[in-house]
Order: sequence, then C-alpha cells, then structure tokens
Amino acid sequence: MAAAAARWNHVWVGTETGILKGVNLQRKQAANFTAGGQPRREEAVSALCWGTGGETQILVGCADRTVKHFSTEDGIFQGQRHCPGGEGTFRGLAQADGTLITCVDSGILRVWHDKDKDTSSDPLLELRVGPGVCRMRQDPAHPHVVATGGKENALKIWDLQGSEEPVFRAKNVRNDWLDLRVPIWDQDIQFLPGSQKLVTCTGYHQVRVYDPASPQRRPVLETTYGEYPLTAMTLTPGGNSVIVGNTHGQLAEIDLRQGRLLGCLKGLAGSVRGLQCHPSKPLLASCGLDRVLRIHRIQNPRGLEHKVYLKSQLNCLLLSGRDNWEDEPQEPQEPNKVPLEDTETDELWASLEAAAKRKLSDLEQTQGALQTRRRKKKRPGSTSP
Amino acid sequence: MAKAGDKSSSSGKKSLKRKAAAEELQEAAGAGDVATESGVQPPKAAAFPPGFSISEIKNKERRHLMFTRWKQQQRKEKLAAKKKLKKEREALGDKAPPKPVPKTIDNQRVYDETTVDPNDEEVAYDEATDEFASYFNKQTSPKILITTSDRPHGRTVRLCEQLSTVIPNSHVYYRRGLALKKIIPQCIARDFTDLIVINEDRKTPNGLILSHLPGPTAHFMSSVRLRKEIKRRGKDPTEHIPEIILNNFTTRLGHSIGRMFASLFPHNPQFIGRQVATFHNQRDYIFFRFHRYIFRSEKKVGIQELGPRFTLKLRSLQKGTFDSKYGEYEWVHKPREMDTSRRKFHL
Repeated sequence: MAAAAARWNHVWVGTETGILKGVNLQRKQAANFTAGGQPRREEAVSALCWGTGGETQILVGCADRTVKHFSTEDGIFQGQRHCPGGEGTFRGLAQADGTLITCVDSGILRVWHDKDKDTSSDPLLELRVGPGVCRMRQDPAHPHVVATGGKENALKIWDLQGSEEPVFRAKNVRNDWLDLRVPIWDQDIQFLPGSQKLVTCTGYHQVRVYDPASPQRRPVLETTYGEYPLTAMTLTPGGNSVIVGNTHGQLAEIDLRQGRLLGCLKGLAGSVRGLQCHPSKPLLASCGLDRVLRIHRIQNPRGLEHKVYLKSQLNCLLLSGRDNWEDEPQEPQEPNKVPLEDTETDELWASLEAAAKRKLSDLEQTQGALQTRRRKKKRPGSTSP
Repeated sequence: MAKAGDKSSSSGKKSLKRKAAAEELQEAAGAGDVATESGVQPPKAAAFPPGFSISEIKNKERRHLMFTRWKQQQRKEKLAAKKKLKKEREALGDKAPPKPVPKTIDNQRVYDETTVDPNDEEVAYDEATDEFASYFNKQTSPKILITTSDRPHGRTVRLCEQLSTVIPNSHVYYRRGLALKKIIPQCIARDFTDLIVINEDRKTPNGLILSHLPGPTAHFMSSVRLRKEIKRRGKDPTEHIPEIILNNFTTRLGHSIGRMFASLFPHNPQFIGRQVATFHNQRDYIFFRFHRYIFRSEKKVGIQELGPRFTLKLRSLQKGTFDSKYGEYEWVHKPREMDTSRRKFHL
C-alpha cells in the first residue's frame, strides 16, 4: 500500500537517521523508507537528487559515501554503489547522461558510470576542487556544467567535458572599510535560468550574483540579510527573486534585480537545511533541524499551507515538480472500478430499447471522454478494455 | 427637557433606579408618540427593559452609583444561584451529577503534535543514538565545569558554590577574561562532559548556558534564590549522589532538554543520602528544587528544602558546542511567533 502510493508523494525528505520519508500532502501522510529496514545514523542522508527518467528515481547520497537508488514507482531501494575517495560527506550529487557526479567535503569531484549499479568501478573523471566544499550544483540547462563553492573556497564553474581547469573562477570582493580581507564561505549556489548568471548565499549573511559573461570576476550584485549564516537558497518561479534561510529559521525573499528584501516567511524554529520552490506554483517546501516539514505559499497570500511533523532531524528535501497536485487520490482507485462498470453498463444498455439510445450515447460519450482523459494522463500506450 | 428633569431629580439612593426607569418609560412613550405622529411604528421593545446602558450616563458619580448598585444585584443573584445549586445537590445526595472540573490553562493546553509517544520506534532510535547515548549506556560518567561570565559578583559566586554542592563531580573555575570558544577544546581534552556558564547582569545571575561538550548547548533565562534566603531549610547537603526527578517533559524538545539535565548527574543515586533534585516543567518554565526527604510511614513523607532554588526558561537549543554566531540552532524561542497563544507550550 505504501509502495503503491509512493509515486504520489509530493515531497521526499532525507533525515539524519538515514530514513527517506515520502510525504503526501493531499492525504496528509508520511511514509518511511529505509534501505536496510532499520534506521542507521551512519547512513544519514546528505544529498538527494532526481535520477534518470523524469521523477521516477531518486539518488540518495548517504554519509558513509554510498549512493542509493530509490524508485518512486515501486517504493523500494533498488541498489546502491559505493563512491570512495576523499573525506567527508557528499556535498553535491547530480546525474547527467547516464553518469553520476559526486562531490565530497574534502574537494574530490568524481564522475562515475551509472550503468553498474552495484559494483564500484573507477571514476571516469576526477577533479580536485579545493578543500572545504559546501555545495556542488549542476546547471539544469547544461548537465555537464557544475559549480562548486565552500568555506575559503571561492566559487568555480567546471565544464566536465572540457579541460581540467575551471571555466570561471570568482574573485573575492574588495577589502572592507577597515581594509581587511572579506572571508569567503559560499553555502549554497543556484544557476539562474535564461542566462549564465549564478547566485550564491554565504555564511556571512551575504547574497551575491555572479555573471561569467561579464568581464568582471567579482560579484555583480551583493546584498546582506540578517545576522546569521545563510544555509539554504532556492529560486522562485518568477526567476527574479530567491528565497534564503538562515540558522535561526528565518526565511526571506530577496529580489535580485534591485537587491532588496521583498518579504519574510514565519514559522521555522530551527536552522533551515533544505529549501525548494515548485517550478510553476507559488509553493515553497522547507525543512530544518526542528524536525518539521513546512510548505509555504509565497504569493497572494504569503503564509503557511501545510506543516508536517517528521520525527527526525531533516537534512535535505526534493519537491516534485508535477502540476497535477490535487488529482492524486482519485487516480489509483479509478482503473480498478471503471472497467467493471463499463462491461456491466454496456450489457445493460445493449439490452434496452431504442428509446433509451439517447441516454446511452450521452453516457458513453462522457464515460469515453473520462476514459480517454485518464488514459492520456496515465497510460498513453494502452488500449481500451 | 426630559434629560434636564432627569439630572435634577437624581439625588437619592435606592429610588434613583426606579425613577430613572420610570422616566425612561415616559421618554420612550413620548418618543413613541412622536413617532406615531410621523408615521413610524412605536418601538415597543424600548419600554421594558430599558434600551440604555449604564455607560451612557455622563455624570461620573451617578454612573458609579448605578454601577455599584448593579454589581450588588449581580452578586446577590450569583449567591442565590449557588445556594440553590447546593441545596439541589444535597437533596439528590448520591445521585447528584459530578462537579464540573474548572478550566485551567494546563487543562486547556493545545495538543502539541511533537508530543513523544513512548512506543515510537523512530524517536526511540533517535534518542538511542544521539549525543547523550554514551551517558545513558553508562559508558561515561559526568564531569562538570561550572563557571560564570567575567568578573562575577557575590551572588553569582555563591550560586556557583552551591551548585557545585548539588551536582556531584563538578568543579568551579573562575573566568578571568577567557573566551568560551577557547575553553571548550581544553575542557574536551581534560575529559569534561558538561559545561555550565552562569551569566550575570547587574550583580545578579540571570542566565545559564548548559553545554554538553560534544553536543547540544542550551541557553536559559533564570531567576535564583540562594540557600540562605530559603526559609525553613535543612542543613547543607551532604556528598551523597542525589536522585533526580524530571517532570512533565512531554514534547520532543522537552525530551532533549530532560536528557540534558539527566546527563548532569551520575547514574547511581545513593538512597542513603535521601536527597533528591527535581526539575519540574510547567508551562515552559523549569523549576529546580533540591530536597531531603524522610519517610515517616508508608504514605507520609517529610521533606526539607536544601539548596538553591531557581527557575529556568529555555531560550535556544543549539546543535553543536557554544557558538552563538555561526552555530546551527535546533530550536530558537521567537516571542512574536511562538507566544501568540496562551495555551500553547513548547516544552
């Protein structure tokens, strides 16, 4: 039951105890999935990303340097691979053209062949990014371009098909008003769609925009928010603003055109660990150390939509980007019921006289319309029963 | 004109109300007449009870008079109702319905979804593998360092001394301008398990930071009463290890804090000493008391309060060791967001 319903989960959350939780907001249920049956703290989930084939597979990066494949259709872990090399947990996980890209804390970025799911083969490509990496992010428009950044590790953009040197290496801002060097701590990176720009948020509560296309390597725009380190960031559907979260649980929306604060979101009590916006709807999912997953609505009106208490500390999340949010509960039931009804009613109507044919045609049309609509949504290849 | 008449006639005590009522009736009747002349239906409801309220009287003394009279009447009615109820209960005897339970804020507490269910496996696993696990598995025994903020005054120093008698295996060190972040690695190197820092403001202690050394740090606001200020207290506590009582820590956050307090004391309470330390949580305030008890019979206990008495309120719980600027907070108290309901508590 849980396995069958797993595909309809709206949010997938990884915890510090190694459990992957799938949350269905429509039915307000949360289900736990573990690889070994028992939660283990050594398998704390540190990175999540979608696998191949749309949103049917999830790649789960754990603290013991294994990447597990989880299928949302079946609701089970299908396999895992060990990705050795370097020290520390995964800071970034990405998938491109049948290859797996991983980056660990000590700065070893490796590209693995994804075909052998169980055996650990040698990496296809290895890059040294520099120690203290906090985030590695893949460009959604160009899957072979990744960006990395961390503590005292400036932002670098790498092209995995190109040379071993970074394509773009950011320069630190000028010394501050006391003529002291400004320290670097890039906590999260996002690629802005439609252009080559990148946004980063730092542990020194700054939000910066870099443009590799422009001649200057310094940030094009810099703003600050709050007094605490910013830990997570996500882009809003409009593309003009970002939402950042800090270690005190404060969420803020910052406009990137002018660099000003648009508004804040209330509710979180602990450090924000994961943030993601829906690509089309104005919804934001946030998770943190206070063990609660929250879904906020960003615009008209700004506020909390759902709040789900999940008993472990949450590390990262994945929000499904699909549009048919509300239709979920009906779909699993209909394919069972409709074929039966069809055969019975067909026989019934066939036995009736011609006077009833008008009703028959109407009903058949509506049923046929429903069927085709459902079929188009779910199984495009199948024929009518 | 009717109003002027009202003012002039107001002098007496008991008759005033009836006069006022009578005049109101006349007024209403007059108004009614006027209304009929103009063609509108007369307002019959305005005749009795009168449509005016006491607060519309402009004269303060008269208004006060009317109000006291009204209050006396209310009190009489309430007393009469109570007597009647009591008589009914006595008349019914055993068949009387049970007395209704009065509503208190603790009764009406909003159900907190983070309340820990004792059978919950996930929470049990989380607790079994968190930073206190080594204490609860009896692998380590506590060793505590008590210190204060810089340049402490008399009350704070005495509180530190008294705390060190309450908590076994604790050491007091004075802070001579040392940074906490530098103290912490040295503590870890010398096998200390916990650090307590008492913060002082204007010569009184007002805050407490309890830091379990590899793990969480809790910051409390407090109010303190020292040993000599406690009336009817017993003699000083002995060196025996006390028992601990943790009351009412029901939510997940409460569990974490409760475990933090429990990990301050060694495992093996010495019942010979008959001493007990209580951490009682009520409405998000944690009350600390230290008593000596003696059982006079099976059901009668005598207790003597020893030791300092203080109240703590949690301000924040931080995941790592003390790092207020760059640390990650597990829970932060935000007054404007969390204190909106009087019936919602977090611990």
